[in-house]
Amino acid sequence: MVVHSARGGQRFLADNGEVDEADIDAVGALADPLRRRLYEYVVGREGETSRAEAAEAVGVQRTLAAFHLDRLVEAGLLATSRRKPSGRGGPGSGRPAKLYRRADRQVDVHLPPRDYETAAHLLAEAVQRSGAEEALYAAARAEGSRRGSAAPAERPVDLDRLGELLAGLGYEPAAEAEEPRTLRLRNCPFHTLARAFPPLACGMNLELLRGLLEGARAEGFTARMAPRGEHCCVAISKNKNS
Amino acid sequence: MSGHHLAQLNVGTLKAPLDSPALADFVALLDPVNALADASPGFVWRFRSEGTDDATSERFFGDDLILNLSVWESVEALWEFTYRSDHLDALRRRREWMVPMTGRFLVLWWIPAGHVPTLAEAGERLDLLREKGPTEHAFDFRTRFPAPA
Repeated sequence: MVVHSARGGQRFLADNGEVDEADIDAVGALADPLRRRLYEYVVGREGETSRAEAAEAVGVQRTLAAFHLDRLVEAGLLATSRRKPSGRGGPGSGRPAKLYRRADRQVDVHLPPRDYETAAHLLAEAVQRSGAEEALYAAARAEGSRRGSAAPAERPVDLDRLGELLAGLGYEPAAEAEEPRTLRLRNCPFHTLARAFPPLACGMNLELLRGLLEGARAEGFTARMAPRGEHCCVAISKNKNS
Repeated sequence: MSGHHLAQLNVGTLKAPLDSPALADFVALLDPVNALADASPGFVWRFRSEGTDDATSERFFGDDLILNLSVWESVEALWEFTYRSDHLDALRRRREWMVPMTGRFLVLWWIPAGHVPTLAEAGERLDLLREKGPTEHAFDFRTRFPAPA
């Protein structure tokens, strides 16, 4: 069982190699179906979410939503901030609202204990030292192509279908408001590796996605490096002429 | 700010002379990437060889070693430019142009704001990092040290 909750900083399993108790608690907090829906709603949104928004989205009372949201905070899965609702500044505008977003922490639970994270970092270090990046990129491209061709797809592949494919791989795609022909990937599935070896991991990811487009025969789309903020380093755009 | 800035040196070995076709893409990226650095938040200064706009002709550390020497307001500012801007796309392609380096090729260290680091000083910091590993006097992105109080 593997659960990735977040875009944490560099982090391996607990230093002694054992599964962290807090990580198990975090996963346990998601066992409640309502809590899980609230979690998925909050992490699926671009910015921060208020209690009222979350309550409305899952169709429960605000106090019940607040209870579960705060349990998710205690479990380390969500983080909070307090901010006055926009457009209602100044005196008399009330207490700042409690807003929820995904926590930075990454939750890894492998049962029995496995440590692929350390393995990935060591392999990356070795690739970098030996200058074997191009072999890695070629392998990534082939794997992407395999994944893309394994996915049944109608022709031609459109932005929505591509979005589903990427969502299934954990990228959390979202169409850009100002660039509707571009998919931004809100989650980097290789986040901790990309923090430690940015050119290597991001180059690998780019080739993986290029291969995916080829394999899915999404000829009208281009994957390119476009790092921004906490997002994945790759953006996928529909070509102008298609 | 703490009254300190971050200095950065990195060196690299080109696979072919700068004027060869194999390096054409690299050379074409120099001006835009340098302009991107100059306009990046937290950028302070970068080394330019006398009479030029960049450091590509400088061979202070050896005939085949090119170098970058620059100053930033913080490690985070340098990180953002290096890995979260279009510069990343050039880094991703570095094996097309650069020979893999054995050993360390990048060093970071703190300088008093306003100090302009010299190539000799930068070389000493790289030597220090290579000899002793990361310390508060010479470190890398992976093992960072805070600016002196």
